[in-house]
Amino acid sequence: MEGTGVVRLAGAVVLSRGFPLLSGVDLEVERGSLVVVTGPNGAGKTSLLRLLGGLDSLSAGQGVVAGIDLASPDRRQLRRRVGWLGHEGSFYADLSVRENLVFAARALERPLEDVSSAISRVGLEHRGDTITKQLSAGQRRRLGLAWLLVRRPELWLLDEPYASLDDAGRGFFDQLLSDVLAGGATVVVSAHDPLRSTGLAPRTLAMAGGRVVS
Amino acid sequence: MIRIAWLVAVKDLRIEARSRVLLWQVLPFGVISLLLAGLALGPQQAGKSSAGPGLFYLVTLFVTLLMINRSQALENAPGTRASVATLGLDPAGVFLGKALALTVELWATGLILLAGSVLVLHTALVGSVEALPSILVTLATLAAAGTLYGALTQGGDGPATLLPVLTLPAFAPLLIAGERSFNAALHGGALWEWWVIVVVALVAYGAVGILLYGVLEES
Repeated sequence: MEGTGVVRLAGAVVLSRGFPLLSGVDLEVERGSLVVVTGPNGAGKTSLLRLLGGLDSLSAGQGVVAGIDLASPDRRQLRRRVGWLGHEGSFYADLSVRENLVFAARALERPLEDVSSAISRVGLEHRGDTITKQLSAGQRRRLGLAWLLVRRPELWLLDEPYASLDDAGRGFFDQLLSDVLAGGATVVVSAHDPLRSTGLAPRTLAMAGGRVVS
Repeated sequence: MIRIAWLVAVKDLRIEARSRVLLWQVLPFGVISLLLAGLALGPQQAGKSSAGPGLFYLVTLFVTLLMINRSQALENAPGTRASVATLGLDPAGVFLGKALALTVELWATGLILLAGSVLVLHTALVGSVEALPSILVTLATLAAAGTLYGALTQGGDGPATLLPVLTLPAFAPLLIAGERSFNAALHGGALWEWWVIVVVALVAYGAVGILLYGVLEES
């Protein structure tokens, strides 16, 4: 595929038991950019992010993400390069905040100092030893961001990241996104509505029926 | 692979130690099942019947199925699967880690059930102790096979209720070999030929799991 973007899709189709989740998506995302994917429920936002994260496979079309061909049978190489924050929670509920992050750090052979700094960075200093299932939804979202900070992926995929965040949390999140973008990472966000932040200048895509419509 | 296996095993055991599902849910179920088996035999037959090892392994089968489901459920909580998948863990290491954790849990449960069978089913203490090594190997093999089949039924959209049906052909030879071995320890007989079956199965399931766990997870 031609192009220099960190994400390059051409006619990408994803089928689930014959049902099209994505129906021919063309997309190019430049390195270091912020893209917000909007659309109603069932538009294909999460499916697009899952495809980019190597969590679902390409049924037809072509795609390259972070230099990895989506047609490659081994998707682990791609998965290691992306960070996924789903809207459900994402962690081992019976491990503490710190234990979850240490698990990720050890799995990726990151220094354990990264765990403490990530916990501080997301404002969970006093919750490090709290069991994850005892956290509020907003705190779990912050833990998700800390998980990504420990992982340091080159492509951040954030599915409805503003869900469960209060105004302070949204402001904090926007600041974090700014820092991540300044560091050269690429961010793709799915949201029902266009990004509310005033400090960021995202490219906004609208999806409907599994296609990018504008 | 070994590093990931150790990481996953420690994580699973830590979760189990904290949630205490094994202690407060699975173990009481196993002990009650054993008590019911003892009551079914009746006081006249307990200790005299050769059904003790079979009943022990029947209860162990029930407990094993519960624990396999529990082991896989840890990975399938909403969102957890996707987040952990993006760590790109070596599937062979994940298989070994989960099988190791399940083995440790089954050993702990098996020791208590074995003590229970001595008390409730009146199986001979000396024979039960002699049977212990074969029981431990059989439980390790059940853990390896169970981890494999657990991924098959719970990975992706697989129906978890299929687990007992799917595992039956795989577990049946192991349970028969384990029971025969236990009986041989209690009442005399060829012990080692049953051992060989279990050890070969352990190696086979271990090798298949290392090679195919990633495929099953993706299926």
